[in-house]
Amino acid sequence: MPDAVDIRGLTVERGGRTVIDGLDLTIPTGVVTGLVGPSGCGKTTLIRAVAGVQVVRSGVVTVLGEPAGSATTRRRVGYVTQAGSIYPDLTTAQNLRYFAAVHRLAPDQVDEVLRAVDLTEVRDREVRHLSGGQRTRVSLAAALVAEPDLYLLDEPTVGLDPVLRRDLWQMFAELAGRGATLLVSTHVMDEADHCDRVLLMRQGRVIADDTPTGLREATGTDDIEAAFLALVGGAR
Amino acid sequence: MIATVATARRVLHQLRHDPRSAGLLVLMPSVLLALFHWVYAEQPWVFERVGPQMLGLFPFILMFLITSVTMVRERLSGTLERLLTTPLARGELIGGYALGFGLVAVVQAAVSSAVAIWLLDLGVDRPWEALLFAFVGSAVGIALGLLTSAFARTEFQAVQFMPLTTFPQLLVCGLLVPVDRMPEPLQWFATVLPLTYVTDAFGSLALGEGFAERVGDLLVLSAFAVAALSVASLTLRRRTP
Repeated sequence: MPDAVDIRGLTVERGGRTVIDGLDLTIPTGVVTGLVGPSGCGKTTLIRAVAGVQVVRSGVVTVLGEPAGSATTRRRVGYVTQAGSIYPDLTTAQNLRYFAAVHRLAPDQVDEVLRAVDLTEVRDREVRHLSGGQRTRVSLAAALVAEPDLYLLDEPTVGLDPVLRRDLWQMFAELAGRGATLLVSTHVMDEADHCDRVLLMRQGRVIADDTPTGLREATGTDDIEAAFLALVGGAR
Repeated sequence: MIATVATARRVLHQLRHDPRSAGLLVLMPSVLLALFHWVYAEQPWVFERVGPQMLGLFPFILMFLITSVTMVRERLSGTLERLLTTPLARGELIGGYALGFGLVAVVQAAVSSAVAIWLLDLGVDRPWEALLFAFVGSAVGIALGLLTSAFARTEFQAVQFMPLTTFPQLLVCGLLVPVDRMPEPLQWFATVLPLTYVTDAFGSLALGEGFAERVGDLLVLSAFAVAALSVASLTLRRRTP
């Protein structure tokens, strides 16, 4: 199966600073790839480049066989930004119906998606009255209604209850099981264990690209945080 | 088309969840007109002359304001960036805004025209035409609001663009002094500003002139709205630094 994302020589500058410098990367289809690294390491910029909303200095980003951000890929990619980009002054259901409509889909899926993310109870509540965790799920649900082939999720588990976090990672695995590709960023190193593949990122570079187990074995460590430290130590 | 209508519905839903803004939007022009009527109680001819033109100004100014603030909010909250990663075309988004807020403008114009004509005895012969011009005027306001939102980094800045873009128009549009009695450079200036044509149309309505006198205004305003909406859609960049 061809890779879902193929990045060649990507260089991005933001505010006069080189955030990503000559990155080569592929993201395989049908698995959950974790993009793990500290804040400010370039995770969001990389995801934006794949979503096709980032001005890049050079390099080629191919998404599902087309240039990132092309009309075809926009139909098949679901991008969930870090700040829950949904409308606080609409109800949960109104948000989902709108995002279904911009994908030219009938709102048939809305109730099913609400069940999947456990939001049926707050279906008709305005999003501004919801908790942070609920808002995160509304934002995620707004991507789910379109049933994309590639999910780009920027820190979807930040600040959530551990139970909820576990449920979300389970859901990501299920989506991948049904053939979708997921790129999920997180700054919580231990969450990497939920991923099929881990990209460790630091200062705009991918310093490791492996399975969680492979990563631990290669560095002779017990957890991803230790593996990260070992790799950074090695880089020094 | 589905996405345009959905966008219009979405902005109307948002407005419905903010009843105070919706109320202010629809009723404020009527209150201001009544106040104006009262201030000139001793000189009713002033209200007779300026009142109809004010009827055309409110939709323009209010729609400008609400559109620019809503759009800046959309840019800041990340929803715009998200929408631009979906199949939604920029024209559909802009068209949806124009349709949704345009409908609000028609309701507002209907309420303020009704108040002006039946409660304040303002002489406007053709209420339907007043609505038409109010709608076209608001479309220009919406278009300019979308356009200026591209230059505002915060909602606060967006609000401050209002005096910058509307006050000069208010001064030269013919409301205070008829355009042909202003110094020549100002007349040229007035010619390129849309509010001049709104004022002209409502002035002509108040005089009871036939529609033929206002066809030119309608064409210029429509062209202005279309041009500004097109330029506004170009300010929606899919890729940002």
